[in-house]
Amino acid sequence: MAETKVSGKTKEIIISSEKPTVLIGERINPTGRKKLSAELQKGNLDIIEKEALEQVSAGADIIDVNVGATGVDEVVLLPEAISRLMEKIDVPLCLDSSNPKALAKALEIYQGKALVNSVKGEESSLKTILPLIKEYNAAVIALPVDEAGIPFTVEKRLEISAKILNAAELLGISKENIIIDCLALTLGTNDQAGKIVLATIENIKEKLDVNITVGASNISFGLPDRNLINNVFLAAAISKGLTCPIVDVAAVIQSVLAIDLVLGKDRFALRYVKNYRRKKAEGGGGCIKSLT
Amino acid sequence: MGKLSELAQALMELNEFKFLELVDEKLKKKEDPLEIIKECNAGMVEVGNLFSENKYFISELMFSAELFKEAMKKLEPFLGNSKTKEQSGEIVIIGTVEGDIHDIGKNIAANLIEGSGYRVIDLGVDVPAEKFVEELKKTGAKVLGLSAMLNFVFPEMKNVVDSIAEAGLREQVKIIIGGAPCNEQVRKFCGADYYAKDASAGVTICQEIYSSE
Repeated sequence: MAETKVSGKTKEIIISSEKPTVLIGERINPTGRKKLSAELQKGNLDIIEKEALEQVSAGADIIDVNVGATGVDEVVLLPEAISRLMEKIDVPLCLDSSNPKALAKALEIYQGKALVNSVKGEESSLKTILPLIKEYNAAVIALPVDEAGIPFTVEKRLEISAKILNAAELLGISKENIIIDCLALTLGTNDQAGKIVLATIENIKEKLDVNITVGASNISFGLPDRNLINNVFLAAAISKGLTCPIVDVAAVIQSVLAIDLVLGKDRFALRYVKNYRRKKAEGGGGCIKSLT
Repeated sequence: MGKLSELAQALMELNEFKFLELVDEKLKKKEDPLEIIKECNAGMVEVGNLFSENKYFISELMFSAELFKEAMKKLEPFLGNSKTKEQSGEIVIIGTVEGDIHDIGKNIAANLIEGSGYRVIDLGVDVPAEKFVEELKKTGAKVLGLSAMLNFVFPEMKNVVDSIAEAGLREQVKIIIGGAPCNEQVRKFCGADYYAKDASAGVTICQEIYSSE
């Protein structure tokens, strides 16, 4: 079974289907967040520091960092954001950008083994991103999409994933350093989207034996009671082989800990009980507040 | 709460890393392993108390027994001439009486008692009275734990106690009953010596019995 290791300045995280689910905090991403976008456009990084600290205290294992708001020069701002966060938190960071130059600059100053988000199956992406991963010995999230866009069949997603793994192998990047994003699309526009992503997870785990992520919140986009759907989806996906979802940590951690416990990944229920106590100390109840 | 040693405190807090490290450290300093076990016992008692007060969950009770077992593994090679409870023959026989097949509570009790250093002979579930008598004769155990989850097997619990008396073994052994529907009244009805309201109470009773010799 594949073990992906990533690290911050001091803390190493191991992603593996044998271990508890690793949560990648999604909140530092300007997509659909006006206030964050406005602050990033001003070059103000206070807000991302606050978001990072909050996510870590909510239980995030890795923090995704995307500063790509409209009008922002990511080549400058991404490394700035990364070095600012490295001073404050010791969990690994996920460098999230579609700009290869910004990724290169950020990797240059990163201390530890970074996770990069993301490489795609199209040639231009494979040619620019994979050499960076090799050069900096990083791990990377791979999206099984290509020139034709997002595939809707399990077979096509599997095919592109295998293609990315091959391209990586040719450069000497081991499959432990590739995490496949199985592409959670919204159920709001396609009521089969959940079924497809679950089948993709199952197939990729079985045939390629790699670690798997999804942007979990996408699944519920446009629907009411999003947290309910996100939590239920995560439980189903983790039981199929999802190992490191990108999530709003505070909103899903209780379900994730519960499913880890159910799946035998939480020795003596220690993590589950610890989180329960933490919630209780904060004055929260024992169940998912946002569900009610 | 009396002042706990650092080791007992680490066990009470279920701080696995610190607890096992302290055991290693003490062994390196050639401290008496029996003293280390005593400190562990003090920690186990605290965990039991926290559980009884509903401050710890059952998974944590089980984890404390696991930690104690891990410590015992480290200690065993150093015990040499000093006798552990097991070697000195401190045996506890336990089982669910005939007519009842529930074993969750019984297993928890067995685990915890074993974690406290006793040799536990677990006869399983649906155990006939003769089997308890036979095992008591064979081992000379001084403690017997009877478990029941169904209230209609209370007469069977009494039957076990009576059979032990008939076999002339009643003086040899103290009998503890436990299980969700049991209480002090049931104990009287059966003629048992103790009623344990939960697994950690059972451990305390075993310690009482064996230390009062």
